[in-house]
Amino acid sequence: MPAPIRLRELIRTIRTARTQAEEREMIQKECAAIRSSFREEDNTYRCRNVAKLLYMHMLGYPAHFGQLECLKLIASQKFTDKRIGYLGAMLLLDERQDVHLLMTNCIKNDLNHSTQYVQGLALCTLGCMGSSEMCRDLAGEVEKLLKTSNSYLRKKAALCAVHVIRKVPELMEMFLPATKNLLSEKNHGVLHTSVVLLTEMCERSPDMLAHFRKNEKLVPQLVRILKNLIMSGYSPEHDVSGISDPFLQVRILRLLRILGKSDDDSSEAMNDILAQVATNTETSKNVGNAILYETVLTIMDIKSESGLRVLAINILGRFLLNNDKNIRYVALTSLLKTVQTDHNAVQRHRSTIVDCLKDLDVSIKRRAMELSFALVNGNNIRGMMKELLYFLDSCDPEFKADCASGVFLAAEKYAPSKRWHIDTIMRVLTTAGSYVRDDSVPNLIQLITNSVEMHAYTVQRLYKALLDDISQQPLVQVASWCIGEYGDLLVSGQCEEEEPIQVTEDEVLDVLEGLLVSNLSTPVTRGYSLTAIMKLSTRFSSVNRIKKVVSIYGSSIDVELQQRAVEYNALFKKYDHMRPALLERMPIMEKSASNGPTEIVQTNGETEPSVVEPKHLPPVTQPVNQANDLLDLLGGNDVVPVIQNTMPTKPASAGGELLDLLGDLSLSAIPPMTAYNKNGLKIDFTFERANPNPNIAVITIHASNSTEADMTDFVFQAAVPKTFQLQLLSPSSNVVPALNQGTVTQVIRVLNPQKQQLRMRIKLTYTLKGSPVQDLAEVNNFPPQSWQ
Amino acid sequence: MMRFLLLFSRQGKLRLQKWFTPISEREKKKIIRDMTTMVLARQPRSCNFLHWKDLKIIYKRYASLFFCLAIENQENELIALEVIHRYVELLDKYFGNVCELDIIFNFEKAYFILDEFLMGGEIQETSKQMVNRSIEASDMLQEDDSSEWFEVELFG
Repeated sequence: MPAPIRLRELIRTIRTARTQAEEREMIQKECAAIRSSFREEDNTYRCRNVAKLLYMHMLGYPAHFGQLECLKLIASQKFTDKRIGYLGAMLLLDERQDVHLLMTNCIKNDLNHSTQYVQGLALCTLGCMGSSEMCRDLAGEVEKLLKTSNSYLRKKAALCAVHVIRKVPELMEMFLPATKNLLSEKNHGVLHTSVVLLTEMCERSPDMLAHFRKNEKLVPQLVRILKNLIMSGYSPEHDVSGISDPFLQVRILRLLRILGKSDDDSSEAMNDILAQVATNTETSKNVGNAILYETVLTIMDIKSESGLRVLAINILGRFLLNNDKNIRYVALTSLLKTVQTDHNAVQRHRSTIVDCLKDLDVSIKRRAMELSFALVNGNNIRGMMKELLYFLDSCDPEFKADCASGVFLAAEKYAPSKRWHIDTIMRVLTTAGSYVRDDSVPNLIQLITNSVEMHAYTVQRLYKALLDDISQQPLVQVASWCIGEYGDLLVSGQCEEEEPIQVTEDEVLDVLEGLLVSNLSTPVTRGYSLTAIMKLSTRFSSVNRIKKVVSIYGSSIDVELQQRAVEYNALFKKYDHMRPALLERMPIMEKSASNGPTEIVQTNGETEPSVVEPKHLPPVTQPVNQANDLLDLLGGNDVVPVIQNTMPTKPASAGGELLDLLGDLSLSAIPPMTAYNKNGLKIDFTFERANPNPNIAVITIHASNSTEADMTDFVFQAAVPKTFQLQLLSPSSNVVPALNQGTVTQVIRVLNPQKQQLRMRIKLTYTLKGSPVQDLAEVNNFPPQSWQ
Repeated sequence: MMRFLLLFSRQGKLRLQKWFTPISEREKKKIIRDMTTMVLARQPRSCNFLHWKDLKIIYKRYASLFFCLAIENQENELIALEVIHRYVELLDKYFGNVCELDIIFNFEKAYFILDEFLMGGEIQETSKQMVNRSIEASDMLQEDDSSEWFEVELFG
């Protein structure tokens, strides 16, 4: 057998392949050669073969058959073998592999090897990917090495200890004694890794943190080391662009942050050094700024005095003006974090932040936008909104939705006047109209309805906007709705806020009909405009024209439009006396809590809102339902019937399994019961006995919701005592409609062979008005017939 | 801690992969795909930081190679850039004016150097000279494999 080709030779060969297929062929050939070489237990070339395998693995080809070979290499005496073996182990043998644990013994031996580089390999492998079992087995060895005077090994042992602690946190205690004099080392490698180790311990355990603060006096030690780093002259070994060991400085600052957080004494002890670092660090290169950044984060997190905090924010302010994009980005991110706590200080940099909206970099623009919204308040709303609207005009599409939502939110909170509010909304709708979120439309409609004195102005502006452009659906929808509601104000020319326009009823109807036929309008928009036309029948005098339009759409292909048209037709023909009441002006709507899109459903704006205000409910749904055979979509409040088991009786299969349940329909005389009734959610149980197996009770739950909002993501879970068996079938739905308009049903089958008293624990989870709700309850009031 | 370090060419060919947490092969492949797509799609003069899932991705291009380092959210991005730069300097010192071909043909050496600089997702040694000396000494040990072991003294 000729000697296997060398690694570099293989790499060169593979690189000459011109197609993927060619490469694959070469690799397969080589893998076959390697496999036979492995089979022959060839010690001499094992190392070379594994190295080649690792190269092929990097190209994406499978290499698992080399796992055991890596183990053999690790066990070899030759350093070359060990080096490649451990590398292979780190690449191929992570803790998910079965043979991973076989490494433990080899690593243990190598941790005690006479050559420090072998020990180093073992520590490195253990510290990178040792599993929890391995860490448990070898923690003692690591702890021993943590106390050695050999700094090469000590630093590696420290990081290995960090890994052990991450994998097996309970072992943290055993490393505590060894940390005692870690920080008195001169060697920077050991210092750095020791700080990492101490950081890990402090982050994980509040007890450790307290211990290090008080007993070990860690803060003074760290302050001293940091001071030396800053004050010491040029040290060639650790210098980076004139700064001595920036990596160590950053790590120390981070540990100081943890020690100083919520602790007055520690924070005070580090005030001076923080001020010193903040003022003396060279800022011309990235390194210096990295240290400043860490310093700022530390100052903001500990209990620093206000002068120091202002210094920190000012550093961030200077960062914002830096030429380097990365620095600007980092500044914006940090300011975003601090804007809640140090609002006034951040406000001082508002103009710089707003300038960042014009930055070319996408990440910076996004951060600047978020920060700008966070800075908006009652005082600066007008100025800020001008900038933000300008940004909305010119920004990339990926920002428009978020920006529009942000503008709406800010306008809602801080609008100086109703007119300004409506103008702002108009501006957003006309510039970014296609990007606003779906729930903006109902929100805006509600806002407009409630701004009674602005109705005329609003409808006029919206009408003018429609004349310009009918492509942006949210704008068109809001405009249609408004024209439907306030069309009378429009034609009467009553506007106070601005010059009233002259428009006739026919012109208005032209526009609305134009929306109906336009290709740009979505079905939802068409629905809006048909309804608007209908509403105008009580506000305009050209009723005949409206009747004609409505009757045409009675045969529309679009089912939604057709239904509306037919119903409106019915309104004209049989219920004309009710028409004015039905179509009268919408009342002021109460805003449902917090972030609610209100109960207004997008698709129609006429009788749905009446659900919100029950007292205004026109008593019409009944006649409309009776009037025709249409689908009962309007105001459907039907109870879904109990799932009836309509299968005929079958002889019970041996053993009476639950699944074989085809009992008959004996709605036995077991009375129903209420199992749960809390916070508007009511759950009733109804019972059937499944004959012929009397041990099985079939319970149907009925969940109903008397609150104003739907309960979504509704999940019902049940548990029974051990002597029972339970089977839950799928629920009818995950949404329990509001105001008892429907129920969710689900079937439970309970096998009760020992005829024990039936008890059940139930867990309910659902989302109500955006907040998740969870409840546990015990059901003990089962009627005796259900289990006897 | 750092979660992973990837080196890939402008065509998206992987040159080095170092993972600091256990991840399945399939997940690794997906991450590599995601990283190469995301980083290669960036405009030339954009900022070097990206957000991906719950991690920060720091990337920098050196000649024909992209260095892509993933760090946890609480880590300092600016110092991560320095970490990448330090690794490049170490490679440069070792190979003498390092280029992509050096890393392709000597990938195992690139790993050895990395393993003297970083470990378990943290920096192991902050001195360039110390890392270089360790690598040189280890290389010498390799050469003397035929003879018996001998101790190599390191300063400090």
